Amino acid sequence: MAVLDAKIPDGPLAEKWSKHKFNLKLVNPANKRKYEVIVVGTGLAGASAAASLAELGYNVKAFCFQDSPRRAHSIAAQGGINAAKNYQNDGDSVHRLFYDTIKGGDYRAREANVYRLAEVSVNIIDQCVAQGVPFAREYGGLLSNRSFGGAQVSRTFYAKGQTGQQLLLGAYSALSRQIASGKVKMYNRTEMLDVVVVDGKARGIVTRNLVTGKIESHSAHAVLLCTGGYGNVFFLSTNAMGSNVTAAWRAHKKGALFANPCFTQIHPTCIPVHGDSQSKLTLMSESLRNDGRVWVPKAIGDKRKPEDIPDADRDYYLERKYPSFGNLSPRDISSRAAKEVCDEGRGVGSTGKAVYLDFRDAIKRDGRNAIEQRYGNLFDMYQQITGQNPYETPMMIYPAVHYTMGGLWVDYNLMTTIPGLYALGEANFSDHGANRLGASALMQGLADGYFVIPYTLGDYLASNKFEAVNSDHSEFKKAESETLATIQKLLSIKGNKTVDQYHKELGLIMWDYCGMARSAEGLALAKERIRTLKEDFWKNVNVIGANEELNQTLEKACRVADFIELGELMVDDALDRKESCGGHFRVEYQTEDSEAKRDDANYCYVSAWEFKGANQPSQLHKENLVFENVKLSQRSYK
Amino acid sequence: MRKLNLTLKVWRQKDDKGKGKFETYKLNNVSEESSFLEMMDILNEDLATKKIDPVAFDHDCREGICGTCSMVINGKPHGPLQTTTCQLHMRSFSDGDTITVEPFRAGAFPVLKDLVVDRSAFDRIIQAGGYVSVNTGVSVDANEIPIPKDIADEAMDSATCIGCGACVAACKNASAMLFVSAKVSQFTLLPQGQPERHRRVQKMVAQMDEEGFGACTNTGACSAVCPKEISLTNIARLNREYLTAKVTAQEV
Ligand SMILES: Cc1cc2nc3c(=O)[nH]c(=O)nc-3n(C[C@H](O)[C@H](O)[C@H](O)COP(=O)(O)OP(=O)(O)OC[C@H]3O[C@@H](n4cnc5c(N)ncnc54)[C@H](O)[C@@H]3O)c2cc1C
Ligand code: FES
Repeated sequence: MAVLDAKIPDGPLAEKWSKHKFNLKLVNPANKRKYEVIVVGTGLAGASAAASLAELGYNVKAFCFQDSPRRAHSIAAQGGINAAKNYQNDGDSVHRLFYDTIKGGDYRAREANVYRLAEVSVNIIDQCVAQGVPFAREYGGLLSNRSFGGAQVSRTFYAKGQTGQQLLLGAYSALSRQIASGKVKMYNRTEMLDVVVVDGKARGIVTRNLVTGKIESHSAHAVLLCTGGYGNVFFLSTNAMGSNVTAAWRAHKKGALFANPCFTQIHPTCIPVHGDSQSKLTLMSESLRNDGRVWVPKAIGDKRKPEDIPDADRDYYLERKYPSFGNLSPRDISSRAAKEVCDEGRGVGSTGKAVYLDFRDAIKRDGRNAIEQRYGNLFDMYQQITGQNPYETPMMIYPAVHYTMGGLWVDYNLMTTIPGLYALGEANFSDHGANRLGASALMQGLADGYFVIPYTLGDYLASNKFEAVNSDHSEFKKAESETLATIQKLLSIKGNKTVDQYHKELGLIMWDYCGMARSAEGLALAKERIRTLKEDFWKNVNVIGANEELNQTLEKACRVADFIELGELMVDDALDRKESCGGHFRVEYQTEDSEAKRDDANYCYVSAWEFKGANQPSQLHKENLVFENVKLSQRSYK
Repeated sequence: MRKLNLTLKVWRQKDDKGKGKFETYKLNNVSEESSFLEMMDILNEDLATKKIDPVAFDHDCREGICGTCSMVINGKPHGPLQTTTCQLHMRSFSDGDTITVEPFRAGAFPVLKDLVVDRSAFDRIIQAGGYVSVNTGVSVDANEIPIPKDIADEAMDSATCIGCGACVAACKNASAMLFVSAKVSQFTLLPQGQPERHRRVQKMVAQMDEEGFGACTNTGACSAVCPKEISLTNIARLNREYLTAKVTAQEV
């Protein structure tokens, strides 16, 4: 099949998007109201898309599994959002943001998409300010910026340590306005469980009402999946507890290719694991690395209190190894460096799996007040969770799973390989290559929703003829009964192990073998163990209760079943990619000083996997990446 | 590390129609480092192995920001500290404690099951006017509207509300004034919110009344439990705004 046409427009990089916009077909205003669009997810990507499409006149149905669209996982983003405004006059530009993102992604992203992202980044800030998003400001009343990892300019806009919250509330308010106007019908506490494809086009979804258990069908002319990332395949991650892969995975099983599943981001600054009843990991925003210095003792076994260890006995290893980026080195590099010093036995804390993030010097330099202004709520959160006061003693941090660069494969128009099915935000694979830079996910979610999909969707609707299809169509009925059958199967097993036990086991396998360091041997082992786990799950899981009620165990069971299958694919993908790049570190492929060693001759492609049936090997398709504007080089942050 | 042995009295209610009651469960060896919700996870794993229906409760981010978690712990929304349920840790309790856990209670927040309530009334209040009416695609540069830092900071303090509903659960009248006033204040303070100022406050207050939230009698119980420390000055501002709007008698 001619699956992987990325539909990248011709012409010079800087003109591609404007030319493309001009060439896209438009739907005239009177006709827009004849189209129905389904938006699954109300995070930054989904809420911005649903609101913008409704403003244009489309009839939108939006879905989320939380009790309100305002609670999507995007709400938890702390640090900020990038935009190439160059308000600081420090040499930023669209091209520099583009370049930093491509390089940060270790040259595994599509140039054209990334350039467009950088281009529309400036509009996002304008839009959010117009909505009343209270970004941080300077005394002169102008917007304030901070720096993030992988960049040498200050281009990150923020609202205290609650940037995601404020951006999401902005998008949620726009969405609420459209709900009030009747252009958006909102379905809270509703989980999408299948995509329905009729005559080769995505024409709707099947959902479960999480309060009553009712299985329902919804038809439309196009379906947008804005369902977030799948970091919870590791069980422990910084993601919200409900974040899951189900929507994307069910779409994958209906024919949408899944791209770069093994590209996961391990964030360097999280609160370390404390014990085995732990349910999630908490991120300490990367922005802290603007002022905090990362170190471990020079000597193995130095058990002195951190305050008592003099500078001469401290190893500020990031500053030592990467003098030009220092504590602001990109995430994959900083995480690996932390793992390395801990593996050497120089880790701190009760488990030895932690490093210090120290604000002593910043407090001395700027005063406690200034630090409190900048990071007060993060410091409070740290103290709340650990019981320690970071103004007085350094924070302890360790890497944790945070973000998934992989996701549904999409073309330049954000369409998956199923016509009419789109993926936006973290759910797609598009812009971050093998490693995402800080403050770029919020930017991408809003770029996709506010500024890309309103154009590209119109072109699809205007260029296609649609048969009248409603939810009585046999394909819907078939999908409904399959969905119900899976649920009934889960409920009927009545085995001896809880859903969480399976999830935790899967998480450990993924973390040990498909986490910060991967090897052919370990991955082969992981594959075996996941297969056994899957078999056991379907024989021995215990899902209490019935379908026709609010049943949180059943919700989890459906998600974990999909995570297990995804885990297998991630391992396949990691095995296939015999190079190291970004967050994907294969121990067999490293440079002499233990940096990731890319193999551009053989692996400069996007891996896009096709589902071939239950328990069948997936088929790999390759989208070769062509770089016309940047020169591929070994990433250096020294 | 301390380990706690606890007696839990948990509200169990089958669905929105059923009548609920307290059930008592014993739970041993809970690490003081666990969060309150992790303690509930342990309880649920324990119930599940005994084939008893686990306790349903709402939660998502577990970082104190999504506003989903919502338990009344020992009679207080979100428990003994002024934070969210998910940010409460077991080190705030002692070995041998009996802990009572109930859903947020208010007429406008019907219980759906166990500790899960329906807070969609809050969404409908926002839909009534909690926004600036701009469409996607404005082309005014963000820095063309300078906003003094103190005003921006104050707006941010109001905007920080997470919509959890603890304010309603704490109020003897189940008033939603703190929630509504926080949103009204954010837009009243900012220049972007000015054109719709009067209309917004009237519509949001009307919706609040329609949802069946009670009147505010200024006891301040709401602010005292608010995990984001939304202050009572927001309510004063709302009252002023509402009066001015009425006086200028703009139709809504
Ligand atoms: C702690 C933390 C801090 C972060 N900080 C930053 C930061 O400072 N800067 C930055 O740029 N990025 C940050 N990120 C990353 C960023 O927050 C996310 O990548 C981004 O918000 C994802 O947005 P989204 O719209 O794609 O998905 P989400 O916000 O995850 O939304 C997913 C939506 O899909 C819905 N959904 C999912 N599955 C289904 C289903 N089956 N049926 C129905 N609905 C479904 C959910 O209900 C939800 O509404 C952070 C991430 C974390 C975890
Ligand atoms: S779970 Fe998000 S605030 Fe508690």
